[in-house]
Amino acid sequence: MSSKPNTQKGLYLYDYILSGNCYKVRLFLSFLQLDHELIPIDFFPGFEHKQTEFLELNPLGQIPVLMDDGFVLPDAQAILVYLAAKYDSTEAWYPKDPKLQGRITQWLAFADSITGSCSAARLHDKLGFKLNIEQARKEGRKNLRLLDDHLVENKIVGKDWLVLNRPTIADIACFPYVALAEEGGISLNDYPAARSWINRFKKLPQFIVMPGIPPLHGMKNNEGKFLNQEGLCFS
Amino acid sequence: MTKTTDPVAINDWQVIGRIDDFLKGQPKQTRLLGQSLVAERHKNGDIKVHEISELGETLRSCPVQEKFGHVWTTLGKPKRELFDIPEFQQIDRKYVGCGGVMAKASALRVVENFLDIGHFPYVHTDFLGSEPLTEVKDYKAEIRIDVDEVWADEISFHQDKAMLSATGGKAVEYMYRVVSPFNTVLYKTCPEKPEEWDIIGLFAQPLEENLCRVYAFMLVFDSQNTETDLIHFQQMIFFQDIIILENQLPVGVPLYDGAERSIKADKTQLQFRKWLKQKGLQFGTDQET
Repeated sequence: MSSKPNTQKGLYLYDYILSGNCYKVRLFLSFLQLDHELIPIDFFPGFEHKQTEFLELNPLGQIPVLMDDGFVLPDAQAILVYLAAKYDSTEAWYPKDPKLQGRITQWLAFADSITGSCSAARLHDKLGFKLNIEQARKEGRKNLRLLDDHLVENKIVGKDWLVLNRPTIADIACFPYVALAEEGGISLNDYPAARSWINRFKKLPQFIVMPGIPPLHGMKNNEGKFLNQEGLCFS
Repeated sequence: MTKTTDPVAINDWQVIGRIDDFLKGQPKQTRLLGQSLVAERHKNGDIKVHEISELGETLRSCPVQEKFGHVWTTLGKPKRELFDIPEFQQIDRKYVGCGGVMAKASALRVVENFLDIGHFPYVHTDFLGSEPLTEVKDYKAEIRIDVDEVWADEISFHQDKAMLSATGGKAVEYMYRVVSPFNTVLYKTCPEKPEEWDIIGLFAQPLEENLCRVYAFMLVFDSQNTETDLIHFQQMIFFQDIIILENQLPVGVPLYDGAERSIKADKTQLQFRKWLKQKGLQFGTDQET
Protein backbone atom coordinates (compact mmCIF):
# COMPACT_ATOMS: atom_id res chain seq x y z
CA MET A 1 0.00 0.00 0.00
CA SER A 2 1.07 3.53 -0.73
CA SER A 3 2.04 4.46 2.82
CA LYS A 4 1.45 2.05 5.64
CA PRO A 5 1.67 3.47 9.15
CA ASN A 6 5.06 2.70 10.70
CA THR A 7 3.59 2.64 14.13
CA GLN A 8 0.46 1.17 15.67
CA LYS A 9 -0.04 4.40 17.60
CA GLY A 10 -2.55 6.95 16.35
CA LEU A 11 -5.66 7.26 14.24
CA TYR A 12 -5.45 6.34 10.54
CA LEU A 13 -8.07 6.26 7.82
CA TYR A 14 -7.62 4.22 4.65
CA ASP A 15 -9.21 6.69 2.32
CA TYR A 16 -10.31 7.44 -1.24
CA ILE A 17 -10.91 11.11 -2.03
CA LEU A 18 -14.00 10.45 -4.19
CA SER A 19 -15.68 7.95 -1.86
CA GLY A 20 -18.77 9.21 -0.01
CA ASN A 21 -18.30 6.50 2.59
CA CYS A 22 -14.75 7.69 3.29
CA TYR A 23 -15.96 11.29 3.27
CA LYS A 24 -18.54 10.64 5.99
CA VAL A 25 -15.74 9.44 8.26
CA ARG A 26 -13.52 12.42 7.32
CA LEU A 27 -16.48 14.69 8.06
CA PHE A 28 -17.13 13.11 11.46
CA LEU A 29 -13.41 13.27 12.33
CA SER A 30 -13.61 16.97 11.53
CA PHE A 31 -16.76 17.49 13.64
CA LEU A 32 -15.03 15.74 16.54
CA GLN A 33 -11.78 17.64 15.81
CA LEU A 34 -9.74 14.46 16.02
CA ASP A 35 -6.16 14.41 14.73
CA HIS A 36 -5.73 11.68 12.16
CA GLU A 37 -3.74 10.66 9.13
CA LEU A 38 -5.21 9.66 5.77
CA ILE A 39 -3.74 6.70 3.91
CA PRO A 40 -4.80 7.10 0.26
CA ILE A 41 -5.98 3.94 -1.49
CA ASP A 42 -5.90 3.74 -5.28
CA PHE A 43 -9.56 2.70 -5.58
CA PHE A 44 -9.68 3.84 -9.19
CA PRO A 45 -8.14 3.09 -11.59
CA GLY A 46 -5.87 0.78 -9.54
CA PHE A 47 -8.55 -1.21 -7.62
CA GLU A 48 -6.06 -1.42 -4.75
CA HIS A 49 -8.91 -2.32 -2.36
CA LYS A 50 -9.29 -5.64 -4.20
CA GLN A 51 -5.61 -6.57 -3.90
CA THR A 52 -4.06 -9.00 -1.42
CA GLU A 53 -2.45 -6.46 0.87
CA PHE A 54 -5.69 -4.54 1.39
CA LEU A 55 -7.81 -7.72 1.62
CA GLU A 56 -5.73 -8.73 4.63
CA LEU A 57 -7.00 -5.55 6.27
CA ASN A 58 -10.59 -5.94 5.12
CA PRO A 59 -11.53 -9.26 3.47
CA LEU A 60 -14.65 -7.56 2.04
CA GLY A 61 -12.39 -5.36 -0.07
CA GLN A 62 -14.20 -2.18 0.87
CA ILE A 63 -13.15 1.25 2.00
CA PRO A 64 -12.99 3.00 4.40
CA VAL A 65 -11.01 1.17 7.08
CA LEU A 66 -10.11 2.85 10.35
CA MET A 67 -7.06 1.96 12.39
CA ASP A 68 -6.99 3.28 15.94
CA ASP A 69 -3.90 2.35 17.95
CA GLY A 70 -3.76 -0.87 15.96
CA PHE A 71 -7.48 -1.65 16.24
CA VAL A 72 -8.69 -2.26 12.69
CA LEU A 73 -12.31 -1.44 11.87
CA PRO A 74 -13.89 -1.57 8.40
CA ASP A 75 -17.37 -0.30 7.46
CA ALA A 76 -18.24 3.40 7.44
CA GLN A 77 -21.29 3.01 9.69
CA ALA A 78 -19.41 0.87 12.22
CA ILE A 79 -16.64 3.48 12.26
CA LEU A 80 -19.14 6.28 13.00
CA VAL A 81 -20.53 4.32 15.95
CA TYR A 82 -17.05 3.51 17.24
CA LEU A 83 -15.77 7.08 16.97
CA ALA A 84 -18.88 8.48 18.67
CA ALA A 85 -18.73 5.92 21.47
CA LYS A 86 -15.04 6.40 22.07
CA TYR A 87 -14.38 10.08 21.42
CA ASP A 88 -17.61 12.05 21.75
CA SER A 89 -17.70 12.82 25.48
CA THR A 90 -20.75 15.07 24.98
CA GLU A 91 -22.71 12.06 23.69
CA ALA A 92 -24.40 14.43 21.25
CA TRP A 93 -23.80 12.38 18.09
CA TYR A 94 -24.87 8.98 19.45
CA PRO A 95 -26.80 9.54 22.69
CA LYS A 96 -26.79 6.78 25.30
CA ASP A 97 -30.52 6.17 25.09
CA PRO A 98 -31.78 2.77 23.93
CA LYS A 99 -34.63 4.14 21.84
CA LEU A 100 -32.50 6.80 20.20
CA GLN A 101 -29.73 4.31 19.51
CA GLY A 102 -32.32 2.03 17.93
CA ARG A 103 -33.59 4.85 15.72
CA ILE A 104 -30.09 5.92 14.73
CA THR A 105 -29.14 2.34 13.85
CA GLN A 106 -32.20 2.17 11.61
CA TRP A 107 -30.77 5.09 9.60
CA LEU A 108 -27.28 3.60 9.60
CA ALA A 109 -28.73 0.54 7.89
CA PHE A 110 -30.70 2.79 5.55
CA ALA A 111 -27.44 4.52 4.62
CA ASP A 112 -26.30 1.20 3.15
CA SER A 113 -29.40 1.15 0.93
CA ILE A 114 -28.47 4.64 -0.28
CA THR A 115 -24.96 3.37 -1.02
CA GLY A 116 -26.39 0.38 -2.90
CA SER A 117 -28.52 2.64 -5.10
CA CYS A 118 -27.38 6.28 -5.33
CA SER A 119 -23.68 5.46 -4.98
CA ALA A 120 -23.95 2.56 -7.42
CA ALA A 121 -25.55 4.86 -10.01
CA ARG A 122 -22.69 7.32 -9.51
CA LEU A 123 -20.04 4.61 -9.96
CA HIS A 124 -21.76 3.66 -13.21
CA ASP A 125 -22.07 7.19 -14.52
CA LYS A 126 -18.71 8.52 -13.45
CA LEU A 127 -16.27 5.60 -13.30
CA GLY A 128 -17.95 3.33 -15.86
CA PHE A 129 -18.80 0.45 -13.49
CA LYS A 130 -20.97 -2.20 -15.13
CA LEU A 131 -24.33 -2.54 -13.37
CA ASN A 132 -28.07 -2.16 -13.95
CA ILE A 133 -28.27 1.62 -14.02
CA GLU A 134 -32.04 1.91 -14.38
CA GLN A 135 -32.55 -0.33 -11.35
CA ALA A 136 -29.98 1.61 -9.31
CA ARG A 137 -31.61 4.97 -10.10
CA LYS A 138 -35.09 3.61 -9.41
CA GLU A 139 -34.00 2.31 -5.99
CA GLY A 140 -32.15 5.56 -5.37
CA ARG A 141 -35.27 7.65 -6.04
CA LYS A 142 -37.31 5.38 -3.78
CA ASN A 143 -34.81 5.89 -0.96
CA LEU A 144 -34.68 9.64 -1.51
CA ARG A 145 -38.49 9.82 -1.42
CA LEU A 146 -38.47 8.04 1.92
CA LEU A 147 -35.78 10.29 3.38
CA ASP A 148 -37.42 13.46 2.03
CA ASP A 149 -40.85 12.51 3.41
CA HIS A 150 -39.31 11.74 6.77
CA LEU A 151 -37.58 15.13 6.88
CA VAL A 152 -40.88 16.85 6.03
CA GLU A 153 -42.69 15.00 8.84
CA ASN A 154 -39.89 15.86 11.26
CA LYS A 155 -40.07 19.51 10.26
CA ILE A 156 -43.75 19.58 11.22
CA VAL A 157 -42.86 18.53 14.76
CA GLY A 158 -39.94 20.97 14.86
CA LYS A 159 -37.06 18.63 14.06
CA ASP A 160 -34.50 19.69 11.45
CA TRP A 161 -32.60 16.40 11.34
CA LEU A 162 -33.34 12.70 10.88
CA VAL A 163 -33.63 11.71 14.54
CA LEU A 164 -33.34 14.77 16.76
CA ASN A 165 -33.43 18.53 16.42
CA ARG A 166 -29.66 18.38 15.98
CA PRO A 167 -27.49 16.20 13.80
CA THR A 168 -26.51 12.69 14.89
CA ILE A 169 -24.42 10.04 13.18
CA ALA A 170 -27.67 8.99 11.46
CA ASP A 171 -27.50 12.21 9.44
CA ILE A 172 -23.78 11.88 8.72
CA ALA A 173 -24.25 8.30 7.47
CA CYS A 174 -26.98 9.29 4.98
CA PHE A 175 -25.61 12.67 3.89
CA PRO A 176 -22.81 12.03 1.34
CA TYR A 177 -24.56 9.87 -1.26
CA VAL A 178 -27.72 11.99 -1.06
CA ALA A 179 -25.64 15.10 -1.71
CA LEU A 180 -23.81 13.32 -4.57
CA ALA A 181 -26.96 11.79 -6.15
CA GLU A 182 -26.88 14.04 -9.21
CA GLU A 183 -23.50 12.58 -10.21
CA GLY A 184 -25.43 9.33 -10.71
CA GLY A 185 -28.09 10.97 -12.86
CA ILE A 186 -30.62 11.30 -10.01
CA SER A 187 -31.92 14.87 -9.85
CA LEU A 188 -32.57 16.30 -6.40
CA ASN A 189 -35.27 18.65 -7.76
CA ASP A 190 -38.04 16.44 -6.42
CA TYR A 191 -36.61 16.32 -2.89
CA PRO A 192 -36.72 19.88 -1.47
CA ALA A 193 -36.57 18.80 2.18
CA ALA A 194 -33.44 16.79 1.45
CA ARG A 195 -31.92 19.80 -0.33
CA SER A 196 -32.57 22.04 2.71
CA TRP A 197 -31.07 19.34 4.94
CA ILE A 198 -27.94 19.29 2.72
CA ASN A 199 -27.66 23.07 3.09
CA ARG A 200 -28.05 22.82 6.86
CA PHE A 201 -25.10 20.41 6.88
CA LYS A 202 -22.97 22.96 5.05
CA LYS A 203 -23.62 25.54 7.76
CA LEU A 204 -22.42 23.31 10.61
CA PRO A 205 -19.22 24.35 12.39
CA GLN A 206 -16.23 22.26 11.21
CA PHE A 207 -18.08 21.20 8.06
CA ILE A 208 -15.63 20.13 5.35
CA VAL A 209 -16.27 19.74 1.61
CA MET A 210 -15.46 16.97 -0.84
CA PRO A 211 -15.29 17.10 -4.67
CA GLY A 212 -18.93 17.14 -5.77
CA ILE A 213 -20.12 18.65 -2.47
CA PRO A 214 -19.11 22.31 -2.72
CA PRO A 215 -19.58 24.84 0.09
CA LEU A 216 -22.72 26.97 0.15
CA HIS A 217 -22.31 29.85 -2.25
CA GLY A 218 -21.35 33.04 -0.49
CA MET A 219 -20.67 31.26 2.77
CA LYS A 220 -17.13 32.56 3.06
CA ASN A 221 -15.81 35.79 4.45
CA ASN A 222 -12.95 37.87 3.03
CA GLU A 223 -10.34 35.67 4.60
CA GLY A 224 -11.85 32.65 2.89
CA LYS A 225 -13.17 31.23 6.14
CA PHE A 226 -16.51 29.49 6.13
CA LEU A 227 -19.26 31.16 8.11
CA ASN A 228 -21.71 29.35 10.33
CA GLN A 229 -25.38 30.23 10.78
CA GLU A 230 -24.62 33.02 13.23
CA GLY A 231 -22.10 34.50 10.82
CA LEU A 232 -19.23 33.48 13.06
CA CYS A 233 -15.99 32.27 11.57
CA PHE A 234 -14.76 28.76 11.82
CA SER A 235 -11.92 27.12 9.97
CA MET B 1 -27.11 8.14 -31.33
CA THR B 2 -25.43 6.84 -34.45
CA LYS B 3 -21.93 7.38 -35.81
CA THR B 4 -21.21 10.99 -36.54
CA THR B 5 -20.91 12.21 -40.10
CA ASP B 6 -18.42 14.91 -39.05
CA PRO B 7 -15.35 14.25 -41.27
CA VAL B 8 -13.06 16.31 -39.03
CA ALA B 9 -13.75 14.18 -35.96
CA ILE B 10 -13.78 10.94 -37.98
CA ASN B 11 -10.46 11.57 -39.73
CA ASP B 12 -8.47 12.12 -36.56
CA TRP B 13 -6.89 9.94 -33.87
CA GLN B 14 -9.00 9.55 -30.73
CA VAL B 15 -8.25 7.94 -27.39
CA ILE B 16 -10.25 4.84 -26.36
CA GLY B 17 -8.61 3.81 -23.08
CA ARG B 18 -5.48 3.34 -21.05
CA ILE B 19 -3.01 0.72 -22.27
CA ASP B 20 -3.59 -1.14 -18.97
CA ASP B 21 -7.35 -1.30 -19.65
CA PHE B 22 -6.89 -3.89 -22.40
CA LEU B 23 -5.86 -7.31 -21.16
CA LYS B 24 -5.39 -10.42 -23.30
CA GLY B 25 -8.59 -12.34 -23.92
CA GLN B 26 -10.82 -9.67 -22.39
CA PRO B 27 -12.56 -7.86 -25.25
CA LYS B 28 -13.99 -4.52 -24.23
CA GLN B 29 -16.84 -2.63 -25.77
CA THR B 30 -16.76 1.13 -25.92
CA ARG B 31 -18.16 4.08 -27.87
CA LEU B 32 -16.47 6.67 -30.01
CA LEU B 33 -18.20 9.54 -31.81
CA GLY B 34 -21.55 7.78 -31.53
CA GLN B 35 -20.16 4.49 -32.88
CA SER B 36 -19.88 1.21 -30.92
CA LEU B 37 -16.45 -0.40 -30.94
CA VAL B 38 -14.95 -3.58 -29.59
CA ALA B 39 -11.26 -3.68 -28.68
CA GLU B 40 -9.32 -6.80 -27.79
CA ARG B 41 -5.69 -7.54 -27.03
CA HIS B 42 -4.69 -10.69 -28.91
CA LYS B 43 -2.19 -13.38 -27.89
CA ASN B 44 0.65 -11.65 -29.77
CA GLY B 45 0.04 -8.51 -27.71
CA ASP B 46 -1.53 -6.43 -30.49
CA ILE B 47 -4.81 -4.67 -29.90
CA LYS B 48 -7.46 -5.03 -32.61
CA VAL B 49 -10.31 -2.55 -32.77
CA HIS B 50 -13.51 -3.05 -34.77
CA GLU B 51 -16.58 -0.98 -35.38
CA ILE B 52 -19.63 -3.09 -34.54
CA SER B 53 -23.32 -2.77 -35.32
CA GLU B 54 -26.01 -2.41 -32.67
CA LEU B 55 -26.50 -6.20 -32.97
CA GLY B 56 -22.81 -6.77 -32.29
CA GLU B 57 -21.78 -7.72 -35.85
CA THR B 58 -18.27 -6.73 -36.87
CA LEU B 59 -18.40 -3.96 -39.47
CA ARG B 60 -14.83 -2.86 -40.16
CA SER B 61 -11.45 -2.86 -38.51
CA CYS B 62 -9.83 0.37 -37.32
CA PRO B 63 -6.15 1.35 -37.11
CA VAL B 64 -4.68 1.25 -33.60
CA GLN B 65 -1.65 2.66 -31.84
CA GLU B 66 -0.48 2.59 -28.25
CA LYS B 67 1.17 5.82 -27.19
CA PHE B 68 1.44 8.12 -24.16
CA GLY B 69 0.09 5.37 -21.88
CA HIS B 70 -3.13 5.20 -23.87
CA VAL B 71 -4.70 3.42 -26.84
CA TRP B 72 -5.64 5.43 -29.96
CA THR B 73 -7.82 4.62 -32.91
CA THR B 74 -9.60 6.38 -35.75
CA LEU B 75 -12.90 5.88 -37.52
CA GLY B 76 -11.49 7.32 -40.74
CA LYS B 77 -8.23 8.19 -42.48
CA PRO B 78 -6.23 10.74 -40.47
CA LYS B 79 -4.49 13.34 -42.59
CA ARG B 80 -1.70 13.66 -40.07
CA GLU B 81 0.20 11.58 -37.53
CA LEU B 82 -0.87 11.47 -33.90
CA PHE B 83 0.52 14.58 -32.16
CA ASP B 84 3.72 14.34 -30.19
CA ILE B 85 4.41 15.07 -26.53
CA PRO B 86 8.22 14.90 -26.46
CA GLU B 87 8.35 15.01 -22.64
CA PHE B 88 7.23 11.36 -22.65
CA GLN B 89 10.85 10.60 -23.70
CA GLN B 90 12.26 12.07 -20.47
CA ILE B 91 12.66 8.94 -18.40
CA ASP B 92 13.24 10.75 -15.09
CA ARG B 93 9.71 12.15 -15.17
CA LYS B 94 7.08 10.34 -13.10
CA TYR B 95 4.18 9.24 -15.30
CA VAL B 96 0.82 8.89 -13.58
CA GLY B 97 -2.34 7.85 -15.43
CA CYS B 98 -5.48 8.79 -13.52
CA GLY B 99 -7.97 6.51 -15.31
CA GLY B 100 -11.02 7.36 -17.39
CA VAL B 101 -13.70 9.44 -15.71
CA MET B 102 -17.01 10.11 -17.43
CA ALA B 103 -18.73 13.46 -17.72
CA LYS B 104 -22.16 14.14 -19.21
CA ALA B 105 -20.72 16.98 -21.23
CA SER B 106 -19.23 17.68 -24.62
CA ALA B 107 -15.55 16.70 -24.69
CA LEU B 108 -14.87 20.19 -26.04
CA ARG B 109 -16.40 21.77 -22.92
CA VAL B 110 -13.95 19.69 -20.88
CA VAL B 111 -11.01 20.95 -22.93
CA GLU B 112 -12.24 24.54 -22.65
CA ASN B 113 -12.64 24.25 -18.90
CA PHE B 114 -9.08 22.90 -18.69
CA LEU B 115 -7.86 26.01 -20.51
CA ASP B 116 -9.68 28.39 -18.19
CA ILE B 117 -7.59 30.07 -15.51
CA GLY B 118 -10.39 32.34 -14.30
CA HIS B 119 -12.35 29.62 -12.49
CA PHE B 120 -9.50 28.43 -10.24
CA PRO B 121 -10.25 30.52 -7.11
CA TYR B 122 -13.97 29.74 -7.25
CA VAL B 123 -14.05 26.05 -8.14
CA HIS B 124 -10.67 24.83 -6.87
CA THR B 125 -10.62 27.01 -3.76
CA ASP B 126 -7.50 26.68 -1.60
CA PHE B 127 -5.80 24.50 -4.21
CA LEU B 128 -5.48 26.24 -7.58
CA GLY B 129 -6.48 29.66 -6.27
CA SER B 130 -8.44 31.56 -3.68
CA GLU B 131 -10.33 34.79 -3.22
CA PRO B 132 -9.56 37.66 -3.28
CA LEU B 133 -6.53 36.88 -5.52
CA THR B 134 -8.69 36.25 -8.58
CA GLU B 135 -7.05 38.52 -11.15
CA VAL B 136 -5.98 36.90 -14.41
CA LYS B 137 -3.08 39.01 -15.65
CA ASP B 138 -2.69 39.58 -19.37
CA TYR B 139 -1.13 36.72 -21.30
CA LYS B 140 -0.62 35.51 -24.86
CA ALA B 141 -2.92 33.13 -26.75
CA GLU B 142 -2.55 32.21 -30.40
CA ILE B 143 -3.21 29.65 -33.10
CA ARG B 144 0.18 28.35 -34.25
CA ILE B 145 -0.37 27.62 -37.91
CA ASP B 146 2.97 25.78 -38.45
CA VAL B 147 2.07 23.07 -35.93
CA ASP B 148 -1.74 23.46 -36.16
CA GLU B 149 -2.13 23.85 -32.40
CA VAL B 150 -3.51 26.43 -29.98
CA TRP B 151 -0.99 27.83 -27.49
CA ALA B 152 -1.26 30.15 -24.53
CA ASP B 153 1.76 31.35 -22.57
CA GLU B 154 3.19 34.02 -20.32
CA ILE B 155 0.49 33.12 -17.82
CA SER B 156 1.12 33.77 -14.16
CA PHE B 157 -1.41 33.05 -11.44
CA HIS B 158 -1.42 32.98 -7.66
CA GLN B 159 -2.04 29.46 -6.39
CA ASP B 160 -2.33 28.06 -2.89
CA LYS B 161 -1.39 24.51 -3.71
CA ALA B 162 -0.59 24.37 -7.40
CA MET B 163 0.76 20.84 -7.24
CA LEU B 164 0.85 18.27 -4.50
CA SER B 165 4.60 18.91 -4.21
CA ALA B 166 4.08 22.68 -3.75
CA THR B 167 4.53 24.25 -0.34
CA GLY B 168 2.79 27.52 0.40
CA GLY B 169 0.95 29.84 -1.97
CA LYS B 170 2.85 31.52 -4.80
CA ALA B 171 2.72 32.78 -8.36
CA VAL B 172 2.76 29.85 -10.77
CA GLU B 173 3.67 30.09 -14.45
CA TYR B 174 1.53 28.26 -16.97
CA MET B 175 1.58 27.37 -20.66
CA TYR B 176 -1.29 25.65 -22.43
CA ARG B 177 -1.14 23.59 -25.57
CA VAL B 178 -4.15 22.16 -27.44
CA VAL B 179 -2.72 19.39 -29.60
CA SER B 180 -5.99 18.28 -31.22
CA PRO B 181 -9.61 19.24 -30.55
CA PHE B 182 -10.15 16.68 -27.78
CA ASN B 183 -6.62 16.56 -26.36
CA THR B 184 -4.66 19.12 -24.42
CA VAL B 185 -1.68 19.51 -22.09
CA LEU B 186 -0.52 22.22 -19.76
CA TYR B 187 2.95 23.10 -18.55
CA LYS B 188 3.32 24.61 -15.14
CA THR B 189 6.10 25.65 -12.78
CA CYS B 190 7.73 22.57 -11.33
CA PRO B 191 8.13 23.08 -7.58
CA GLU B 192 11.00 20.56 -7.37
CA LYS B 193 12.91 21.44 -10.56
CA PRO B 194 12.58 25.12 -11.48
CA GLU B 195 14.36 24.57 -14.83
CA GLU B 196 11.68 22.09 -15.97
CA TRP B 197 7.93 22.23 -16.41
CA ASP B 198 5.51 19.78 -14.84
CA ILE B 199 2.97 18.49 -17.32
CA ILE B 200 -0.69 17.69 -16.81
CA GLY B 201 -2.78 16.52 -19.71
CA LEU B 202 -6.26 15.47 -20.67
CA PHE B 203 -7.15 13.01 -23.38
CA ALA B 204 -10.92 13.15 -23.87
CA GLN B 205 -12.75 10.29 -25.57
CA PRO B 206 -15.82 11.78 -27.25
CA LEU B 207 -18.41 9.03 -26.71
CA GLU B 208 -21.50 11.00 -27.78
CA GLU B 209 -22.07 14.70 -28.47
CA ASN B 210 -22.94 15.19 -24.80
CA LEU B 211 -20.93 12.43 -23.12
CA CYS B 212 -17.21 11.83 -22.82
CA ARG B 213 -14.64 9.88 -20.87
CA VAL B 214 -11.66 11.89 -19.74
CA TYR B 215 -8.23 10.39 -19.12
CA ALA B 216 -6.05 12.73 -17.07
CA PHE B 217 -2.34 12.09 -16.76
CA MET B 218 0.69 13.72 -15.21
CA LEU B 219 4.34 13.81 -16.22
CA VAL B 220 6.04 15.38 -13.28
CA PHE B 221 9.18 15.65 -11.21
CA ASP B 222 7.95 14.72 -7.76
CA SER B 223 10.02 12.70 -5.33
CA GLN B 224 7.72 13.33 -2.37
CA ASN B 225 4.36 11.91 -3.33
CA THR B 226 3.19 8.43 -4.24
CA GLU B 227 1.33 7.68 -7.45
CA THR B 228 -1.87 7.28 -5.39
CA ASP B 229 -1.40 10.72 -3.77
CA LEU B 230 -1.10 12.26 -7.23
CA ILE B 231 -4.13 10.38 -8.61
CA HIS B 232 -6.25 11.52 -5.66
CA PHE B 233 -5.17 15.14 -6.17
CA GLN B 234 -5.95 15.11 -9.90
CA GLN B 235 -9.28 13.31 -9.44
CA MET B 236 -10.26 15.77 -6.73
CA ILE B 237 -9.63 18.68 -9.10
CA PHE B 238 -11.60 17.03 -11.93
CA PHE B 239 -14.60 16.16 -9.74
CA GLN B 240 -14.73 19.76 -8.56
CA ASP B 241 -15.15 20.67 -12.25
CA ILE B 242 -17.74 18.04 -13.10
CA ILE B 243 -20.69 19.85 -11.47
CA ILE B 244 -19.94 22.88 -13.64
CA LEU B 245 -19.29 20.90 -16.82
CA GLU B 246 -22.53 18.95 -16.60
CA ASN B 247 -24.60 22.09 -16.17
CA GLN B 248 -23.25 24.23 -18.99
CA LEU B 249 -25.70 25.38 -21.64
CA PRO B 250 -25.75 24.99 -24.53
CA VAL B 251 -24.27 21.52 -24.15
CA GLY B 252 -22.09 21.89 -27.25
CA VAL B 253 -19.40 24.55 -27.48
CA PRO B 254 -21.08 27.41 -29.39
CA LEU B 255 -19.15 28.37 -32.52
CA TYR B 256 -21.33 31.25 -33.67
CA ASP B 257 -20.92 34.92 -32.81
CA GLY B 258 -22.72 36.36 -29.83
CA ALA B 259 -23.47 33.03 -28.19
CA GLU B 260 -21.61 33.83 -25.01
CA ARG B 261 -20.10 36.95 -23.53
CA SER B 262 -16.36 36.62 -23.06
CA ILE B 263 -13.89 38.62 -21.01
CA LYS B 264 -10.18 39.23 -21.52
CA ALA B 265 -9.25 36.21 -19.40
CA ASP B 266 -11.04 33.97 -21.94
CA LYS B 267 -8.48 34.65 -24.69
CA THR B 268 -7.37 31.02 -24.95
CA GLN B 269 -10.95 29.83 -25.17
CA LEU B 270 -11.64 32.32 -27.97
CA GLN B 271 -8.57 31.15 -29.93
CA PHE B 272 -9.66 27.55 -29.34
CA ARG B 273 -13.14 28.25 -30.73
CA LYS B 274 -11.71 30.14 -33.70
CA TRP B 275 -9.40 27.18 -34.43
CA LEU B 276 -12.30 24.69 -34.17
CA LYS B 277 -14.32 26.86 -36.54
CA GLN B 278 -11.44 26.99 -39.04
CA LYS B 279 -11.18 23.22 -38.89
CA GLY B 280 -14.92 22.90 -39.44
CA LEU B 281 -15.34 20.56 -36.47
CA GLN B 282 -18.96 19.81 -35.67
CA PHE B 283 -18.99 17.01 -33.09
CA GLY B 284 -19.63 18.41 -29.60
CA THR B 285 -20.27 21.92 -30.92
CA ASP B 286 -23.39 24.05 -31.05
CA GLN B 287 -23.94 25.56 -34.50
CA GLU B 288 -26.62 28.18 -34.70
CA THR B 289 -29.55 27.01 -36.77
